[in-house]
Amino acid sequence: MSADTRYRGYDVLDKRDTPSWDAVTRAVIDERLTAADHLPQVATGAAWRVLRALCTCIVPQPADRPAVPLAALLDRRLAANRGDGFRDARLPPLREAWRIGLDALDAESRHGHGRGFADLDDEARIDLLHRVQHGACADPAWRGMPPALFFSHRVLPDLLSAYYAHPQAWSEIGFGGPANPRGYVRMVANRRDPWEPVEARPGEEARAYRENRRVR
Amino acid sequence: MCADARERPRGAHGRAPDVFRRGGWVPMREYDDRDAVDFAIVGTGAGGATLACRLAELGFRVVAFDAGAWWRPLEEFASDEEHQAKLYWTDDRLCDGADPVRLGSNNSGKAVGGSTVHFAMVSLRFRPEWFKARSQLGYGADWPLDWREMWRYYARVERALRIAGPVRYPWGPHRGRYPYRAHELNEAALVLARGAEALGIRWTPTPLATLSAPRGPAHPCVYRGFCVSGCATNAKQSALVTWIPRALAAGAEIRDLAMVGRVAVDGADRATGVEYLREGRWRFQRARNVVVAGYAVETPRLLLLSATGRHPQGLANSSGLLGRYFTVHANQAVWGTMDDEIRSYKGPPSLAITEHWNYADEGKDFFGGYCYMSQGPLPVVWAVTQGGRGLWGKPLRAEMQKYNHQAGLKIVGETLPQADNRVTLADTKDAYGLPVARVTHAYCDNDRRLIAHSMDFMSRALAAAGARDLWRETDDTCHMAGTARMGDDPHCSVVDADCRSWDIRNLWICDGSVFPTVGGVNPSLTIQALALRTADRIAALAGRGEL
Ligand SMILES: Cc1cc2nc3c(=O)[nH]c(=O)nc-3n(C[C@H](O)[C@H](O)[C@H](O)COP(=O)(O)OP(=O)(O)OC[C@H]3O[C@@H](n4cnc5c(N)ncnc54)[C@H](O)[C@@H]3O)c2cc1C
Ligand code: SF4
Repeated sequence: MSADTRYRGYDVLDKRDTPSWDAVTRAVIDERLTAADHLPQVATGAAWRVLRALCTCIVPQPADRPAVPLAALLDRRLAANRGDGFRDARLPPLREAWRIGLDALDAESRHGHGRGFADLDDEARIDLLHRVQHGACADPAWRGMPPALFFSHRVLPDLLSAYYAHPQAWSEIGFGGPANPRGYVRMVANRRDPWEPVEARPGEEARAYRENRRVR
Repeated sequence: MCADARERPRGAHGRAPDVFRRGGWVPMREYDDRDAVDFAIVGTGAGGATLACRLAELGFRVVAFDAGAWWRPLEEFASDEEHQAKLYWTDDRLCDGADPVRLGSNNSGKAVGGSTVHFAMVSLRFRPEWFKARSQLGYGADWPLDWREMWRYYARVERALRIAGPVRYPWGPHRGRYPYRAHELNEAALVLARGAEALGIRWTPTPLATLSAPRGPAHPCVYRGFCVSGCATNAKQSALVTWIPRALAAGAEIRDLAMVGRVAVDGADRATGVEYLREGRWRFQRARNVVVAGYAVETPRLLLLSATGRHPQGLANSSGLLGRYFTVHANQAVWGTMDDEIRSYKGPPSLAITEHWNYADEGKDFFGGYCYMSQGPLPVVWAVTQGGRGLWGKPLRAEMQKYNHQAGLKIVGETLPQADNRVTLADTKDAYGLPVARVTHAYCDNDRRLIAHSMDFMSRALAAAGARDLWRETDDTCHMAGTARMGDDPHCSVVDADCRSWDIRNLWICDGSVFPTVGGVNPSLTIQALALRTADRIAALAGRGEL
């Protein structure tokens, strides 16, 4: 795990073959881990580049570990057309919203900078996304879809839910992860079961790291 | 893993899944489509399953339908938020109005067992006065029911589900102790307790529908914390593992993956059965009585879809109120960071509660009440909550690092029934080819005052418990009700006190949609109590030849 976590050394996947994971959970997570090999099916071509650039802004990932394939996770969901069970009436259906949104991000970028979104530097991308978030953009490419709503109802929930459904993200934030059938025993403050991660308190990073390597 | 429960029906060929044994089956009685059964019930959630069970036990011939799948929790419920979305009603619905609701995961299920399969198990009674909110408290509408009778039914549901709760409940009239002992508290619950004590109000371990001691083949809750993703141990007393097995044993038939698209009525305004889609084919089940129990969006939708020449506005809608008074609970929260490690992912999410502001009337500038509970969001829900604050990029990552230190208090807050909050049909069609529901919602000023009051109070409580960097989650809602309200006047209600439609006397509605008001507590216990009462009333009416 990388330096920006308090749980260095903890890898929730080390618990895969312990009583904290049951067979169905193993199958589900194994399948999720294959996303790295996913070839884009919905966000293809230019949209794929925009999506990847967008992902690095919404969830910047540390360079010292393999990245969670966030764009692939989203594209898989779009390919399966997995909706939420509701849709703000001002937004088109899932895939269409993403198609329009990615296209509009690129159009906004070309309009403002003469380059596609993926070719902007970080600062310019973030700047543009702030404008989208606050609805301060009006390229015809949005085709009537309110940009701020696309950002708050599609970009953030869809990308954040995909990222934090990945075991690597669980390790990063010190989540115990799957817990069936073993569950948990120690419920009160500052207590942990031996199969939960150790948080590194200042000055105790090395010890925490060693213990986290043993968490099973 | 066995074949996907969503591919082929499992309740067929004289057997149904035994949810208590891996790969096991139990016998199931089956009825022919042409055989006019006593009751065809649409939906097998808190209302439908309870009613199906009791009617079968009372000797009626019952077939219940659910659009969702018949899951085997022990084998098929992963400890995973994303995968378990398979339990939610994810077919499209359109949301509009000044404050559009977010349905989906936090609002409704599609499975045998309904929303109780992934609900949070909080099992509360209404405050007695709420049944007469209009005449005793000055807002909303009266229920055509007496609270004493409802309290007897509450006690029956609590026994049937082995509710785990305190010996003495701090609010309201005496209710006796809960069948099973209260659960151990996690630190998130103790934060609520400290805040309440600092502010001088009472709190209690939450009465929960999950086992604190063994029950038959089910063992107690293991505190794994994935409750709203479905319980893989069967500790959770969902309809799937309680009323449904009982219903089967009593001779009811349950048809999974069976979407009802229309309730049929004849020229004499009698329901004759239901049209349903199963295994790619539309069929018709004849029935002497039809019960709709699809929850507060699907129930009005189905009755609107069933419009005929004689009932152009939909069935049971001569009052024009079907679909109106769609009422949610406000579900706002205050969150903060603690110095301690809280790790609120351990245990059921809401182990402690205060109903202080449900029972206190002094010091309020609004009608209605709210309770608030401790929280235990898992990472996906937590990240999306951060997104709801507008966080992304580096600030989001920094906030997510505090996951194990966060604690929060969240209300279930009463909103007022408003006629213009409603369910109608949209132009868009779903995968079955049926128009989807459009759900229009706005808060009123009273709702906003209640929310503001709760957030100020919870902020003080959380700060008193030692939380720093408080922030407010302002736009969540949960639970739905009201779209087929009960009453004692056919002009002002859709069903009578027995959940029987005024217009079509052999059509019944048995789910959250009959609530005239929602109170400040989660609805499932009240829905189940109503279903028990409805079953008894049906038996009594049948005995008198009045069905
Ligand atoms: C995440 C979550 C947490 C919750 N937590 C709590 C809690 O802690 N305490 C509490 O009291 N309540 C809670 N609730 C609410 C509670 O689960 C519901 O209020 C209750 O289950 C509603 O009961 P119902 O019978 O009206 O509908 P449901 O239980 O939703 O059942 C309706 C069923 O009808 C089926 N159906 C609908 N239309 C059709 C059709 N046309 N044909 C065939 N089948 C159809 C659906 O598939 C569904 O299975 C929670 C809900 C959710 C979603
Ligand atoms: S915490 Fe208890 S009720 Fe919740 S899912 Fe786990 S075992 Fe079931």
